[in-house]
Amino acid sequence: MKLSGGWSDPAFRAIVTQAAVLAFVAVVVAFLAVNLIGNLEERSIRTGFGFLWQAASFEIGQSFLPYDARATFGTALLVGLLNTLVVAVLGIVLSTIAGGVVGIASLSRNRLVAPLATAYVELVRNVPLLLQLYLWYAILTQLLPAASEAPQLLPGIYLAKSGLHFLILESGGGIVLAGLVLGILASFAYGRWSRRRADLTGANALLWPRLVLLVALPAAALVLVAATTDFNVPRPTRFGFSGGGMVTPELTALLVGLSLYNAAFIAEILRAGILSVGKAQSEAAASLSLSRAQTLRLVIVPQAMKLVVPPLANQYLNLAKNTSLAIAIGYPDLMSIGNTIINQTGQAIEVIAILMGVYLTMSLSISALMNWYNARVALVGVR
Amino acid sequence: MNDLFKNGLAGALLVAAAAGAGTPAAAGPTLDAVRQRGEIVCGVNTGVGGFSIADSSGQWTGLTTDFCRAVSSAVLGDAAKEKFVPLSPQQRFTALQSGEVDMLTMAATWTLTRDASLGLLYAGVYFYDGQGFLVPKSLGLKSATELDGASICTATGTTSELNLADYFRANKITFTPVVFEAQNEARAAFFSGRCQAFSADMSILSSVRISDAPNPDDWQILPEMISKEPLGPVVGRNDLEWFTIAKWTLMALIEAEELGVTSQNVDQMKESQDPGIQRLLGTSGDLGEKLGLDAGWAYRAIKRSGNYGEMFERNVGPNTPLRMERGANALWSKGGLMYAMPVR
Repeated sequence: MKLSGGWSDPAFRAIVTQAAVLAFVAVVVAFLAVNLIGNLEERSIRTGFGFLWQAASFEIGQSFLPYDARATFGTALLVGLLNTLVVAVLGIVLSTIAGGVVGIASLSRNRLVAPLATAYVELVRNVPLLLQLYLWYAILTQLLPAASEAPQLLPGIYLAKSGLHFLILESGGGIVLAGLVLGILASFAYGRWSRRRADLTGANALLWPRLVLLVALPAAALVLVAATTDFNVPRPTRFGFSGGGMVTPELTALLVGLSLYNAAFIAEILRAGILSVGKAQSEAAASLSLSRAQTLRLVIVPQAMKLVVPPLANQYLNLAKNTSLAIAIGYPDLMSIGNTIINQTGQAIEVIAILMGVYLTMSLSISALMNWYNARVALVGVR
Repeated sequence: MNDLFKNGLAGALLVAAAAGAGTPAAAGPTLDAVRQRGEIVCGVNTGVGGFSIADSSGQWTGLTTDFCRAVSSAVLGDAAKEKFVPLSPQQRFTALQSGEVDMLTMAATWTLTRDASLGLLYAGVYFYDGQGFLVPKSLGLKSATELDGASICTATGTTSELNLADYFRANKITFTPVVFEAQNEARAAFFSGRCQAFSADMSILSSVRISDAPNPDDWQILPEMISKEPLGPVVGRNDLEWFTIAKWTLMALIEAEELGVTSQNVDQMKESQDPGIQRLLGTSGDLGEKLGLDAGWAYRAIKRSGNYGEMFERNVGPNTPLRMERGANALWSKGGLMYAMPVR
């Protein structure tokens, strides 16, 4: 690079200004850090991350890890992280399905379906999410019967204020899980093979064998396990149920609230994407005598994707971050447990730094995943 | 550069001290700041009946807010003004640490960890509380040990979560915590039937049963007190002069009850020949100056908020909706724990 031009050289100017800005930011950060450390010392506040290895001494209502009050603060944070991830992942899946259905419905030619979809979108996306969470939580806890009067929906399945209680397998969960993983892998493998065959021979790539593989393998594993082990059935007790599995009303309310809220935005994103594909494309597809469903699947959606994926990624990020509203309705997510830890230890700066790091990592992962997906789908067929 | 700055600051302080030669040399930064502002800023609960709650006209009432008023009058004299900042349990210590409030006068339990590691100091105890359980009478419970397997609603940011875990583990029974960010969300979930019990300090339970329950007689507070919750005023650790003022204002209010000085008779008591009363009310001796205040500090505090007994009776006593007995909060001479160190 030639920098001899001095101040009149735009490249030189750019480097100098950027260096100046960078230096300024570094000085400000350093000043704040020194200030912070000084303040903490002056106010004799202990610092450091040693507390993560101390006993937490509090219980958590829902945990996917073995946890009790003797576990460490670090474990408690991990439990909270898993609780957050469960909501984020399930929320993303559910809101995508619901958003997809609503988005396509809003473009329907049916005179009832399209306005209904539009009304749903307008209603849901214009009411604050927190309010909606309160609403769902109130519905679940006010309207459902008390545990002692809970109706048995199916044998071994109860719905009450304390949550949805269902029977689970005493053991063999691993085998069912293995069946599920195997089903997914087999379905993928078949998909690849059939697409390659379609490219070579022109034979249609069929969808149903994939679905059969996806459902049949885990179902077979389930039947196999169910035949050989006992069920752990929820038994009514004085205050609710013991044994069996349970989905708490907090998790349900959070999941339903987040999914329905984000579904409204996803529906709009999808609608915009589909409408962006020129009318001539559908006409061309129709002239090739493709059905409307085929047109949508083979012509419109692949082209819409390049417009849909980036804002969709945005929406997923929103959903993941909004899980932190959980604390308002008593769901023990990362934020809620972080709050408790701040109170027990007083290590606000450390805990908040950890929380920020975790949310940042989560968001960047989603971002990276969606970028990768975007690169894969965006330009298909527009080479 | 840092040293230069420090020297400059020290110089400025010297000049300031010389200029204000009339004021006591002991005055700490908080006292100076409060005097300059003409107003004391107290952190209070967002709404706990009897302790700190804003009434319909926006006036804060309660035992802990009355303590703030007592300190305010002791420090600022007749022109005393107070600003109450409602704080959530998570915010409160940070607000104090950052200097946003001068003092916390709210229901905050005194523990070793808080006292030793959060950069703050507890200046005493104005209410001996303990954690308990509120349950519907329809469950027919007699003891908290029968709560095996129950869901229990509680609020985060308190010692409640720890006490619950300790108590149930010690009794070898289990429970499911449902933890909310705010006390009012926890109690709403409890009254909707999500939990079989609501756990908080007894003081809060009494207030909730009276003011939030659809019909107070359908609910009962179980007899077990599962923790010790001494509630007291909290100040920053960086200003020991201010700490001493808060501590001795509390002592003065208890001493006043011991000596029979009330907000009603405090003016007559100024004529008293009792040396203890004379020292307290500043008609003899120089106790006020030792605190960096003037002679009438305790007189004004008592005149404004009443002695400790009056504060208790007015806000939480048997004739209030909370209907609490003195119990542990009675004077030591009457079987309680309230004991003033010698005001001399």
